[in-house]
Amino acid sequence: MSKTSSGTLYRGHEGMWSWVGHRVTGVVIFLYLLVHVLDTAMVRVDAGAYDAIISTYQTPWMALGETGLVAAILFHAFNGLRLILVDFWKQGTKYQRQLLWGVLILWVIVFAGFAIRHLSIAFGSH
Amino acid sequence: MSVSIPAPRSQRIDPKYKRGPKSRGSFEMLAWLFMRLSGVVLIVLIFGHLISNLMVGEGISGISFGFVAGKWASPLWQFWDLAMLWLAMLHGTNGVRTIINDYAEKHATRAWLKGILYVATIFIIVLGSLVIFTFDPCVAGSQLPQC
Repeated sequence: MSKTSSGTLYRGHEGMWSWVGHRVTGVVIFLYLLVHVLDTAMVRVDAGAYDAIISTYQTPWMALGETGLVAAILFHAFNGLRLILVDFWKQGTKYQRQLLWGVLILWVIVFAGFAIRHLSIAFGSH
Repeated sequence: MSVSIPAPRSQRIDPKYKRGPKSRGSFEMLAWLFMRLSGVVLIVLIFGHLISNLMVGEGISGISFGFVAGKWASPLWQFWDLAMLWLAMLHGTNGVRTIINDYAEKHATRAWLKGILYVATIFIIVLGSLVIFTFDPCVAGSQLPQC
């Protein structure tokens, strides 16, 4: 590994970290997807058993986990749109850095909206 | 004085540089294209899923067997969830396949990991599709009024 990594165009810069973030969030979402299909499959076995599993998703601790999952989904979604622009838009590679800032700003705004609504339901006295 | 120079490396191209019918065709290009197309569709499907299940009405507190039965009474949500299942599983499987190819260096390790991945993918897609197509609102334990 080169010791002068700060001299490269890619390593250690926005492009590399968005790639790392895209991979990590992608794996997290995929693992949750496997579990989520299995828990939903309980509707075909027993209605009460499904309600029991869903009630664990409705606890405050799980709501924090769901909020983290949605944070991962939102980053993967917005950064995925950035990847498409980098691949298909003529100016995409030139503005990939600015596009990443756009992704992060959009991510903070949408995530804040989701988190306020979801956590106030999950922590509220319903 | 003229010197004839033979065509460089004529007939002696290393087979590994040869392109053509022997290569794996356009599979990797189609996989790359699929990730972009399915990604855009998945944003619509998953954002719609999150809004209808977690953001409107009672949000997560309102989810129950009856909530699922209500949604799947509509062919639109059946199709929505089926499309989401297939696209998300294929998108995720191709992503994990790429990661295995990147990090598993031994051929046997790569083959095993991808084998396990594909078995899991087929199992989840078949299971999820069966659950949507054979859903019964009057399954055991159902408290719905029509049962």
